[in-house]
Amino acid sequence: MSTKTIIEEFKKKYGTEILGEAVKNEKRVIITIKPESILNVADYLYKTAGFRFIIASALHTKKGFEIHYHFSKDDTGLILNVHVILDKEKPQIESLSNMFNASNWIEREMHELFGINFLNHPNQEKLISEGNWAEGVYPYRKEFK
Amino acid sequence: MSKKTLIPIGPYHPLQEEPELFKLYCDGEIVKDIKWETGYNHRGIEKLSESKTYEQVFFLVERICGICSTSHPFAFANAVEEIVGKEITDRAKYIRSIIGELERLHSHLLWVGLAGHFLGYNTVFMWAWKYREPILDIFEMITGNRNSYAMFKVGGVRRDIEGTKIPAIQKVLDDFKKKADLLTGAVMDDPVIHARTRGVGILTKQDVIDYAAVGPTARASGLAIDIRKDDPYAAYPLVNWKVITAQAGDVFAKAEVRLLEMYESISIIEQCLEGLKKEKEGDISVKVTEIPEGTGNGRAEAPRGEVFHFVVSDGSSSPARHKIRAPSYVNIATFRKSCIGQTIADATISLAAVDPCYCCTERMAVAYDVHSGKKLMNAEELINLSVKRTNDIRDND
Repeated sequence: MSTKTIIEEFKKKYGTEILGEAVKNEKRVIITIKPESILNVADYLYKTAGFRFIIASALHTKKGFEIHYHFSKDDTGLILNVHVILDKEKPQIESLSNMFNASNWIEREMHELFGINFLNHPNQEKLISEGNWAEGVYPYRKEFK
Repeated sequence: MSKKTLIPIGPYHPLQEEPELFKLYCDGEIVKDIKWETGYNHRGIEKLSESKTYEQVFFLVERICGICSTSHPFAFANAVEEIVGKEITDRAKYIRSIIGELERLHSHLLWVGLAGHFLGYNTVFMWAWKYREPILDIFEMITGNRNSYAMFKVGGVRRDIEGTKIPAIQKVLDDFKKKADLLTGAVMDDPVIHARTRGVGILTKQDVIDYAAVGPTARASGLAIDIRKDDPYAAYPLVNWKVITAQAGDVFAKAEVRLLEMYESISIIEQCLEGLKKEKEGDISVKVTEIPEGTGNGRAEAPRGEVFHFVVSDGSSSPARHKIRAPSYVNIATFRKSCIGQTIADATISLAAVDPCYCCTERMAVAYDVHSGKKLMNAEELINLSVKRTNDIRDND
């Protein structure tokens, strides 16, 4: 399946959920979606379309908190970045860890370093600094010096 | 429910010599549950990267891991070059691949040696590490360093491999082939190694997909993913080689994949050396004057699996955000599948089978008082303390 057909298929299914799209080339695509549809989109990518979850990157920008979920289609070399923008004051999104274990650690890490809350996470304890880090201090936020 | 005994491995691993703490909860000899504690050596590299220029970040990411010290610059270069949109010269591509494959050779040898040491088979340990030496010598000849080679930059590489050096490299490879046969035979045909590793620490294909494991860990469970083939970069599309897989998913399969991959690496290096002879000497980099705004997803196949770098550029001279995912980050998490239900003796080799690199997964260190939430020391105070201590030592001498 070529990148074009994958993207068309994706749009047909989730057209109303898409807020923006940037196709850089055959192998690099960014699609911005509504945060509330992340579970459906990830379910489709992982179970139906055969994507592998690489990792997620959280960003702290002027718009608030953003997450890029990086998915890889290994037979074509495509990296699909599913991009969501979260609330500035109370960043939260559904956890993907009930679907696949691969996102378990990175969600805990983002919770710890950025203070993003992952709803329904099976075990949102601290990953890196268990027991020796102050509560409510998020070192990867821009205001942290 | 019966009471479980806690067996700690760590906080400093007795064999791998890195800080981590595995807590094995055992009932008799059998591991019933396992937890991992980390954060002992988190260095804040992602945050630090935002305060460095692109040129400096190469030296920073090279220090994430000592063993696969070229795979991080490799992935970072791929990410930044994607933002810039420039193709590098073929000569630079060949040199990059040669460095990448030499690194795979020495890293796999290091693992085979350690695995032997874990099993109490120290002959394999000594052989593997002895055969690794000449490869480090090649590195010293090409780059000036046995480790942390500083070869990469945006748009190419820093040093050339001149034609006069090629015969010496070829000779080391020829010698190594014979030794690799000997080592592979010693591992693959040994009844003790079979007894200790076959059927131990099995990861099924579904486990690998669930945890998104990568590299030899995934390939040993029958999943043929290799970034060099799937998303080709550098000189890998220009040479012939094949992806090695095994089906069993146990520790033996992981050793088998790594040993056979060494032969593919030798073949790739030889083809790249041939390729170098056709290219003009000194043509190793293209000029890049600015990094425009944009995002780059760079990846490279490290000896342990896919390294992933996500770089966001705002058009300035430093990255606005730099996310790093080392392969051990996803591979270590599979221990819940491979170790629970095993005996303690088997769990230690199962934990080592993914070739874990703890420093790779840790990237931040800040000292806080748990109760008051106050920072105990900032960077300036730390530097002042260091200067003071150094002066004290000097004064007392």
